[in-house]
Order: sequence, then structure tokens, then C-alpha cells
Amino acid sequence: MSSFVLGACSPANGAHAPLRWGGDAEGGAPFVEADPADPAKVRGFDVEIAQMIGHDLHRDPLFVQVAWASIEASVERADFSIGMSGVEDRPELRARHAVSIPYFEFREVLAVRFADSARYRTLADLAGKRVATLGGTGAYQMLLDAQPHGGPIPISYDDDVHPYSDLVAGRVDAVLLDNIIADRSLRRTGGFFIQRVPVETGSYVAVLAARDTALRDSVNAILRARMRDGSLEKTFRAWHVWDTTQTAYFARVLDDSARARAAGAIASVRTVRSYLPALLRAAGITLLLSCLAMVLAVGVGIAVAAGRVYGSPLVRAPLAVYVEIIRGTPVLLQLFVLYYGLSGFVRLPAFVAAVLGLGLNYAAYESEIYRAALQAIPRTQLEAGRTLGLSEAQILRLVRGPQALRLALAPMTNDFVALLKDSSLVSVITVVELTKQTAIYATNVGSWVVPGILCSLIYLALSLPLSRLARALEKKWSSV
Amino acid sequence: MTQALDVRDVHASRGAVEVLRGVTIDVAPGEICMLMGTSGSGKTTMLRAIAALGSFDSGSIVVDGFALAPGPVPPESKLKVLRRSVGMVFQSQSLFEHLSVLDNVTLALVHALGWTREKAETEATALLTTLGVAHRMAAFPRQLSGGEAQRVAIARALAPDPTLLLLDEPTSALDPARRSSLGEVLRGLAAEGHALLISTHDVDFAEAFADRVAVLAKGVVVEEGSPRDILSESTHADVRALLRSPSNEPPR
Repeated sequence: MSSFVLGACSPANGAHAPLRWGGDAEGGAPFVEADPADPAKVRGFDVEIAQMIGHDLHRDPLFVQVAWASIEASVERADFSIGMSGVEDRPELRARHAVSIPYFEFREVLAVRFADSARYRTLADLAGKRVATLGGTGAYQMLLDAQPHGGPIPISYDDDVHPYSDLVAGRVDAVLLDNIIADRSLRRTGGFFIQRVPVETGSYVAVLAARDTALRDSVNAILRARMRDGSLEKTFRAWHVWDTTQTAYFARVLDDSARARAAGAIASVRTVRSYLPALLRAAGITLLLSCLAMVLAVGVGIAVAAGRVYGSPLVRAPLAVYVEIIRGTPVLLQLFVLYYGLSGFVRLPAFVAAVLGLGLNYAAYESEIYRAALQAIPRTQLEAGRTLGLSEAQILRLVRGPQALRLALAPMTNDFVALLKDSSLVSVITVVELTKQTAIYATNVGSWVVPGILCSLIYLALSLPLSRLARALEKKWSSV
Repeated sequence: MTQALDVRDVHASRGAVEVLRGVTIDVAPGEICMLMGTSGSGKTTMLRAIAALGSFDSGSIVVDGFALAPGPVPPESKLKVLRRSVGMVFQSQSLFEHLSVLDNVTLALVHALGWTREKAETEATALLTTLGVAHRMAAFPRQLSGGEAQRVAIARALAPDPTLLLLDEPTSALDPARRSSLGEVLRGLAAEGHALLISTHDVDFAEAFADRVAVLAKGVVVEEGSPRDILSESTHADVRALLRSPSNEPPR
């Protein structure tokens, strides 16, 4: 049956182009996680489903890292064809995108502290209490819908680890999330109780761009075939998500909890060597990204500063507006606008958008440094240049500029070091740089200690030489 | 004989204050003319107007045949001829801090006159030797003493060989021995045919080295003549005030 479907559609699609699919490896197992044996690869049940789809379409699956919250926007701007990473089926998703048939049914379950296990059994028991969940999920929507009718107070998180640690710490009274995430957190951190009776059921789907209905239909046919022949069940069993009874589920969780934690600590030490190459590659991306962005920032910054110091009011006004808008809004927002907001007009590759976003942002700050430095050069220096017969351009190039550059050097170096670290923000537009790679690694090993230390050491190794170079230059120039 | 500098009835105001109220003065080639007056008498305003660094409202300023029009200072592109004729030594010297002594002097030759670096360096070395600071060629301005910086500033202004050299309070940072040594240098420049207009309130310096003295008070020239006539014999109240000013009180 599946070969019949393939025969019908794959030749028309250009049979051997890779099948790009997007997911968030930071979401971790069992959906998508970096493979501990080879961190450059991913594994998880969503990965295996992507492999099945790729296999049946005769296309090699190619994984694209994307922040979970950005999967829908990225699939629409054609960063990849299929988004699959525990994407929840919900009416708004179907309204905006092409959506596959559900391939896994999950339960929204309440996690509470042991002491509250008898008190808080349903959402109704939690009226006026703080209930945490992941932002942008069906669970969050459910909490929002319940709130006006005397329901709990929804607390939204950006990741699925902190709701549970905050539950244990007493900052929230319950967590409402998929049984899969709850199960994983219980194994990983423990210390809370999952209510057996589900609040609601939901399902995971693959999301495609609204225009991609033909591919969606092929995906549906493949999923049905794989459900029929048992290979999907096999995958879910392999990832321990094929639980049938809640009684057995709870018993297994308690059993697994202690073992998973011990294994995680050993694994994190053992896998340092296997993750280091991936981290160093990511550090290379961070460095390249920062250098290109800084070159852009310095170039544009000099032009803006010169325009604001030398230009007519007609030139100065728009430049001042540019600087104030950039400095007055978050760089995160600017990156989103550049990457997703403009995708209707110009579809920038993620790396280019990252360089442009960071570069144009820092250009505003650089221009203020250069402007202040230019204005700090005494007027008589410029007059001396004029009485010698130099043109205004020559005075800028030979007298004012070089002296201003010396003044600007220290703040410029500070900015470059700051840029090196701010470059971690571009992971929101699907660029995997050092911090993102570390987060993927940390999710994978279930601890931030070793990945955090490695990541810090790499950042220090990148920024310390810069600070030293700047100090040496300053010393050289101030001694003459 | 045509004048190197011819200033006629120049009025200039800064804000609401009329600083120059009809100044007339001229300087011939080979002549050292000292513009004297107390602080606020308008000396610096006059020099800045001649160097086209400040505007003037009416009257005429002609430097070596080039007439500056009253009104706002014209753009540099209209001042090419004037810039070649007038050199200026600032009271603060204003040497370029990021350049060596040699590069300070060659800058205009290479970039304004388009000389080759070799030719410019030969000329600059000769000038610095004449002024007695050739041994400081590789130094940077902040490493120089006040007297050395003064000479380097003169060398820088002289490099393009201007007809008229303006010096604003050149003795203010110098001790008496260095003042007289500076005076000798200026004498030598005049002997080469340069016209020198020097603002100062230093009476001893003027008596020793000026060919002619013009006393400026409240924006007009109140007395003009040989240093001896003016400085020892004038009965004019403003000239007596100048002689009594703190920096001219004996003993020094």
C-alpha cells in the first residue's frame, strides 16, 4: 500500500531532494534529542518517524534545529518541509497550516507535590492556585480558558524543566503538561506526584506549510501504513511511551527514577569527549557570527556617526531615529522582526539574518561611541588642520578620525565582548551557536553542570584574548 | 610696496558684543608687527578673522592679494589660496597628538600640497634643524617641553612657506631666556621675507623684537608706531593700563 502511494507522488516531487524537517533538540527525549553516541545526530521517536517518512518518500531526512515555539513560523517560511517535535494538535494550528493525522495520543496530567496529592486532583481543586505549564501549548490555553471561571492562575514557562523544579521548590502548586513530559521530569528530577486521572487528552501531529497539502497527504498515507504494520508502536515502545494502564505507568516511573538520575551523572562525565567537538564547532559559529556582525557594526557605526556629526539636518534626523529605535527596543524583538516579520518580503537565511540583526543593532551603539569620540577632539585640532590647507575630509581622515579611534577603542572592545555573548540570542531564529548547542547537550545529559562549565570556558577563551589585546593597544597609545 | 597683510576698518561681533570696532592694520614682507592689548581687547578675534577661522561683519581683509569677504567663513574649498599664504601658530600649539614631530610638519606638505614623502621629509628636517628641534623629530607632542612644542608648531605652520605667519601669544608658556631665543628665531624668519603678525601682551618681548607695535583697546587700534615711541613714551591711558598689567610688572 505504501509503495503504491510513493509511486503516485515521489517522482513528481523530484525524488531525491533531502527531506528537511524541523524540531527542537532542546526539547529532548523522547521527542528529539542529540544522540549521546554522536551529538551531531539526533534521535527520539519524532526522529524515527521522520526517518520512516523519508524512507517511504525515498528522500534522506535532514534535521533542522528550531526553537519549539518557532516551529510553526519556520515551516511557513520554508526553513523545512515538516515540523515534528511534540507539536500539539489544536484548532488554530489547523486553521493556519497543513496538519497531519495525529500519530500519538497523550494525556494532559496534573503534577502536584506528594503532600497535596489528595487535595489537588483536578483543575477545579486548584481554584486560585498557581499552575505552571509551557507557554504556547494546549495546556496553557486550557488554563487561560479556565481562569475567568474561578480556575487556577496560569504561570507560563519557556521550558519544560523549570515548572517541575519550581513545583518541588513550592513556587507553584501544580504543573499541567503532557504525560510524556511529566513522566520524563519525574524520572529526571522526581519529588512530585502525577495524578492518574487525565485532565484532558490531546495528540501530536506533524505540521506543514499551508500550501503543502500534497506532501501532507503523502505523510498521512505513510503514517496510516506504519500504524497498520506495527512499526510506529515498536518505536513508541522503544521510547517507553506506549503505556497502557496508569497503574503500571506510576509503578514504572518510581522504579526508573533513581536509576535514571545515577546513570545521568555518569553519562555526563563520559560524554564530555563526545560533545566537545560539537561545542567547538558551535563556538566557531559564535566567533564567525560575532566577527561578521562586529565588522558590520563598525562600518555602519562609523557612517552613522559621520552622518550625524557632519551631515545636514535632513541626514541627521533619520539617523537619530534609527539609533533611538534600535536602542529603545529589545534585540530579541529585532531578530524576530528581521527573520519572521520580513519573511513575506525577503526570506533571509538564518545566519544572514543573525549577522544583520546583531550587526545593525550594535551599529547603533557603536555610532554613539564614535560620535562622542569625534566630538571629544578639541576644536583647535580641527582649526590647525584647516590653517594647514587640509580639506574637511582630510581633517576627518588624518586628524580627527585617528584620534577619535584611540578614544573609542576601550568602549569598542567592551561592546565586542558583549556582542560575543549576545550572539547567543540568535538561537531564537534557528541558528545553533555555542549557547544553544550547550542547552541541547545539557538537556541530553540531564544536567547543566558539566555543559555549563565547558560552555563558560569556551566563552572565556574567546573573550579574554580580546580584552588583553585592547589593554595592550591602549597602553601602547597612551605611552607615546 | 605691496603689503603682505592689509586690514581696513574691520568690525566683528561675537554674540551681542562688538569685539572689533573698526580695526585697520597692515604688515609688510620682512616686518614683525606685534598686536598688543590686555585680555579681551580683541587680539585673538583679529587673528582668527585673518586666518578665516572666525567671521567679520564689515571692512576688508586682504592677504597677499587674496581678499576675504565679510560675512560667514567660506567653505574650505573657497580658501585654497588663502591657506597657502597664511600660517598660524596657536596659543596652545595644538600639535597633532597622534603624530610624531616629523609627521606633524610633513602632514600639510604631503596631503595639502601633494609632495612626495621623501621631499616633504627633507624640507621638514631642514626646518626643524633651523628651529633647533631636529633631535626631537621622532618624539610625540606630549613628550615635548613647552619651548620645543612652540618651535615644532612654528615649523608646522612654516612648512607650506606662507607669506604671512600669525602667532597667538607665543611667549605665554615660555621663561624669559626662551622668549629671547624665540625672538631670535622670529627675526630670522622676517629676514627671510616672511611677514609676522604676533599677538602679545608681553611688553619686554615687543620692545626687543617688534619692528612695529599696534595697541588694541576695546576693539580699536589706539596707538601705532615703533616699540620705543609707544611703549616708553605713550601717555595714552590704555597703553599705560597694558604696561601695568600683572604679567608686565617688574621684576621678572
